[in-house]
Amino acid sequence: MMENIYLAIPLAPLIGAIIAGVFGGKIGRTAAHIATIAGVATACVLSFIVLKHIAFDGNTYNETVYTWAATEGIAFNVGFLIDNLTAMMMVVVTFVSLMVHIYTIGYMEHDEHNWPEESLVGRNSYQRFFSYISLFTFSMLMLVMSNNFMQLFFGWEAVGLVSYLLIGFWSTRDTAIFANMKAFLVNRVGDFGFLLGIAAVLMYFGSMDYAEVFAKAPEVVGKTINIYGAAEWSVITVACILLFVGAMGKSAQVPLHVWLPDSMEGPTPISALIHAATMVTAGIFMVARMSPLFELSTTALSFVLIIGSITAFFMGLIGIVQNDIKRVVAYSTLSQLGYMTVALGAGVYGAAVFHLMTHAFFKALLFLAAGSVIIAMHHEQDMRKMGGLKKYMPITYWTSLIGSLALIGFPGFSGFFSKDLIIEAVHESHVPGAHFAYWMVLLGVFVTAFYSFRMFFLVFHGKERMDDHTKHHLKESPWVVTVPLIALAIPAVISGYLLDPMVVGDFFKGAIKGVGEHESLVSEISHHYHGIFPFILHGLSATPFWLAMGGLGSAWFIYMRKPEIAEWFYNKFRWIHTLLDNKYFIDDFNQKIFAGGAVALGKGLWKYGDRMLIDTGLVNDSAGFIKKLAGWSRYLQTGYMYHYAFSMIIGVLALMGWIIYKAG
Amino acid sequence: MAQSMIPLTHFLVIGAILFSVSVAGIFLNRKNMLIILMCIELMLLAVNINFIAFSHFNQDMGGQVFVFFILTVAAAEAAIGLAILVVLFRNRGTINVQELDEMKG
Amino acid sequence: MNYELIIFYLFASVLVAAAISVVTVRNPVYAALFLILAFFSSSAIWIMLEAEFLGVVLILVYVGAVMVLFLFVIMMLDINIDILREGFIRYLPVGLLVAVAVAAEMIFVLTSDTIKTVVAPARHAADYSNTEALGEILYTDYVYPFEIAAVVLVVAIIAAIVLTHRKRDPSTKSQNISHQVRVKSSDRLRIIKMDAETKTSNKVGE
Repeated sequence: MMENIYLAIPLAPLIGAIIAGVFGGKIGRTAAHIATIAGVATACVLSFIVLKHIAFDGNTYNETVYTWAATEGIAFNVGFLIDNLTAMMMVVVTFVSLMVHIYTIGYMEHDEHNWPEESLVGRNSYQRFFSYISLFTFSMLMLVMSNNFMQLFFGWEAVGLVSYLLIGFWSTRDTAIFANMKAFLVNRVGDFGFLLGIAAVLMYFGSMDYAEVFAKAPEVVGKTINIYGAAEWSVITVACILLFVGAMGKSAQVPLHVWLPDSMEGPTPISALIHAATMVTAGIFMVARMSPLFELSTTALSFVLIIGSITAFFMGLIGIVQNDIKRVVAYSTLSQLGYMTVALGAGVYGAAVFHLMTHAFFKALLFLAAGSVIIAMHHEQDMRKMGGLKKYMPITYWTSLIGSLALIGFPGFSGFFSKDLIIEAVHESHVPGAHFAYWMVLLGVFVTAFYSFRMFFLVFHGKERMDDHTKHHLKESPWVVTVPLIALAIPAVISGYLLDPMVVGDFFKGAIKGVGEHESLVSEISHHYHGIFPFILHGLSATPFWLAMGGLGSAWFIYMRKPEIAEWFYNKFRWIHTLLDNKYFIDDFNQKIFAGGAVALGKGLWKYGDRMLIDTGLVNDSAGFIKKLAGWSRYLQTGYMYHYAFSMIIGVLALMGWIIYKAG
Repeated sequence: MAQSMIPLTHFLVIGAILFSVSVAGIFLNRKNMLIILMCIELMLLAVNINFIAFSHFNQDMGGQVFVFFILTVAAAEAAIGLAILVVLFRNRGTINVQELDEMKG
Repeated sequence: MNYELIIFYLFASVLVAAAISVVTVRNPVYAALFLILAFFSSSAIWIMLEAEFLGVVLILVYVGAVMVLFLFVIMMLDINIDILREGFIRYLPVGLLVAVAVAAEMIFVLTSDTIKTVVAPARHAADYSNTEALGEILYTDYVYPFEIAAVVLVVAIIAAIVLTHRKRDPSTKSQNISHQVRVKSSDRLRIIKMDAETKTSNKVGE
């Protein structure tokens, strides 16, 4: 019975995707979105059943469903590992996906107007979009439900593919094409590391199955690997860092973060679903899943911690100078992903996954709210042309407020619990670099509050800076948009109260290493924990809360009361603005060094390797040489008999001389 | 007189001189095909002298048989060569070898 | 110094002189005649080497047939000797150089000790027949090459005829023997049917 449900959960969205994708043109728009929403809704309902079955009835499931291929010693299986972690992820993925599906009906309603008349790509684009997001849901479910590395990699690449397709969905825009190419290429770098990591696991553990690998992990601890030169590396460290490189690509950690802001070129629903709530958290999920391995390598954890803290703080800073509403949310996503990574690095995987969940809700909410604003503004995304939207869009306003408060970690909202816990955990952590990370995440709180409410105030309060035409048409979005907003606002508030079981409790026992074990960081934190309300009360007096309030207050003061401060700051510290506005010049660096280098290398190879060496040298010159040789030797063929006779005589003479010389 | 007084070298040297003279002849009369043909006859004669000389000094009739065949072939060659010459002259009005450069590369 | 050597030197010098004349004289007719002289002298030398049959054959075949053919062709063709003699002086040094080089190399080899030590065999008795000896070996060991040589000669004859044969001008009257042989009675005799003649009352010639 349960096995059928497990199978049905990923397959229902897949069927929906096939119906909408293959038969979209025939069945029309309404049938297409009904089919896909039905598929995802089925998956969502079943996921809740599974959650009940697994989490509350205390079952786990780990079986191979199908053997795709088997060679000597290695089997490539399709199998499901369903435990509390998976069940939670399934619920988050299917719920957010369902909300996004519904929301898309409203957001993409006028999509065909976005295509040029003559372009054929516009045909059935609505159905195609639904097909893609359903396919994404299927891929993501395959990723989280996997019980082996092979299927994990399949899901990993499949979500990457759908992400690529959706970023470039408006393929008539050059920027969209550039962005999806960029996302694809940057993810290749991460995936290369991931693939090497899987290869390392396969090589040293001899299996791709999670359970077998984790069981064997203690044996491998002492083993070393020689990568380059004489240095010996611990196998676990190398494998973990390589796997984490994959996570860096997918979860957009510095320096592989560059694709995520650009991915905002895609339609807003997928920004919410893929590039905020689910796909980008795949890396976090994966590391949490691999926690038994990561726990064995302090070096790898330290690496994760440092990368995460850099992402958390510095990406947040960029968010301050962005004017595009979606880009602010995108940088906020980067920053929050950094927080999750920090939690992973500190060894509190539960907190990371908890933040993943709360973030999925409130960030999807923020994105969808931003999308709602964009719809109202006729696809205008520049915040400098907004303002005072509060009175036109009350539902969007209030849900945005909830999302923003959750994001900055206002006590009582979900983000508060997860983020405070992370800061607390980093403070307690003994992983090398934890001190640095602590300051980064602490300062990050201020930055988060500042950019969130800068955006909030610029959009919903203050002067109405849009043109009259837009102003005239301003109205609240239709119910398909607002219902998901409300539906997401609820978990954005209350999901934080799951703190009790999820992090300090034993919810992830067995799924995540360190939970429910003595002398781990988790039990140390649990020791300080005395219930949810004391936690809130404690939070009110703690540094992060005051930092957040400071950020909120300064945003209000600067952008509402005294805009000249921003002006003054801009003039005074222009270099900082330039640095942030150019995203620390990482894009320029990549463009110049990697892209430019690759182009130059290609051009060089084309010019010197292909054209000069092969075309000119090997092909034309060899032919030319033969031609020249023939052209020269044809003069030997004078056609005069006496010339031939003469050469014969000379030849005889020479031959005779040689024979005499040899004999003599 | 039981033995010849003339050593083998004498005959061979005569052959060599004859051959060299005909080589020079081919050089000098490079334009006249008739003389070239005659020089070839002379060359064959020089070769034949060698054959016969060796045949005599080695007491082996094989050398003379070879000369016999060479004469046969040379006669055939002369006949065909002259026939070609006649046809050539008929077509081109000359036997100047220097003008025969149809085969020039 | 005996007579034999004197005779050898005599014929040898005539031979060399004739050969040099062949390549140097202006007139091809003279050249051909000098070639005949060269053949005669070498024939004499061959006879001294007890190759009487070949000596005779050389004169019969070469002088009698080949050289006559040469003369015939030379006289038949209307050649401009002056043009053909162009460059004779210019190439003289090179020609001489090559000739001397070839001769020097050959003589160097031929005068080597290995050849010098070859001892002349005893002469055959007076009743020895060179022709018979050659015939014996030619019709036994070399019978197949002999046949092939015959074929080569036939081919040469046919080739020479085919090459030089000219289609006759149609206006000239000539016999076509193959036509004459192939002719049938029906080509010449026409048989026609006619009614028998009836006797008339009026008798003629009576």
